[in-house]
Amino acid sequence: MNPSAEALKRQFGSAIRRVTESCGDTIVSVEAGRIREVLAWLKDDPDQAYNYLVDVTAVEYRDAELPIEVVYELFSIPRSTGLRVKAELPKDPPLEIDSVVPLWAGADWLEREVYDMFGITFRGHPDLRRILMWETYAEGYPLRKDFPLRGRFSRSEQVRQALNATPEAHYSLEELGIAESYYELPADMRERLSRGERGRVPDPTEGR
Amino acid sequence: MGVTPQAAGESVVAGVSPNWLTTRVDFLVNWARSNSMWPMPFGTACCAIEFMATAASRYDIARFGMERMSFSPRQADVLLCAGRLPFKLAPVIRRIYDQMPQPKWVISMGACASSGGIFDNYAMVQGIDTVVPVDVYVPGCPPRPEGLLYGILLLQKKIRGETLADPSIRIERTLDHRGLRLTPERIDELSEPFGNSLHQTRSA
Repeated sequence: MNPSAEALKRQFGSAIRRVTESCGDTIVSVEAGRIREVLAWLKDDPDQAYNYLVDVTAVEYRDAELPIEVVYELFSIPRSTGLRVKAELPKDPPLEIDSVVPLWAGADWLEREVYDMFGITFRGHPDLRRILMWETYAEGYPLRKDFPLRGRFSRSEQVRQALNATPEAHYSLEELGIAESYYELPADMRERLSRGERGRVPDPTEGR
Repeated sequence: MGVTPQAAGESVVAGVSPNWLTTRVDFLVNWARSNSMWPMPFGTACCAIEFMATAASRYDIARFGMERMSFSPRQADVLLCAGRLPFKLAPVIRRIYDQMPQPKWVISMGACASSGGIFDNYAMVQGIDTVVPVDVYVPGCPPRPEGLLYGILLLQKKIRGETLADPSIRIERTLDHRGLRLTPERIDELSEPFGNSLHQTRSA
């Protein structure tokens, strides 16, 4: 049993719901509302020093009664110790939890993937949108248990939507850092880019 | 080299330069086309590894005039889709196909490119023939290099059977007003689950 579990119980009391051990890994279940506070302490406390966020993912169980779990895999590089922290989210909407991007910048894409696949909203995430599926994907969240394996639309509709996406515009011009050069492009290229996935081209004078 | 200047038949063309021959235009054009196909490798998965093995020295795709991989679709003759095609890549392969100049052909390499393979799910195109027209399907998961070479030989055979007298085979067919290559009914029919896929939706 990882001694961090006892330390967490002393520090946070009832916010620590359960501590279990599985295959040599210590799993700590934390109240979802306090997850950022707990993870911040685990990261910053000199005795814990879990400075590396290995992964953020989520689990939905087949049993409809069980809540969805958001799983944080932590690792302390100075202490060579791992810890798994889980937050339980009841299934009824809104499915929301605090983002940990302020703690680990690397959580950005990990949380986007969880949002894409499970529909869990991360409060305070700087840029929460789909990452694997295209942004106009309208069939739902593929890793949820109520999602049919083949998707919700017919195959022809899926092909139609896919072929109507504009492959050049998977990234916004802001992301590519070339928003200014948009207005120097030829008119036909500008028109094509403006029909992109997100359907909006940023105005370079915006937000200055 | 041991050949005598006065070989048999020499007298028939005596006095004429030997640097000409007679042939059919179709034969000449098809001979040239089929023996210098430049593939555009669209490798998305493990089939691309087998394709690399086919291109490497042991199987040596250069024996069939394909040693020059064309990484620009504008200089390619054959679009070789090696691997599964997710919906997110469907517009990409379509655009690459549209950018290739005529004459052009498509090889669908492996089970996933040809039918979706084991990936009968929400993310995968069920056969690239719903997106681009396909000339040769190479079965296998992934196909061995011999399989791919056989597919290439079949494509060469197909090219040798083409004729310039029929321009319809070279007509550029773009997507229709719906943005589809086939009718929706046809796409649904092609994408029907089969085999073990029929039992996949238990948890849905």
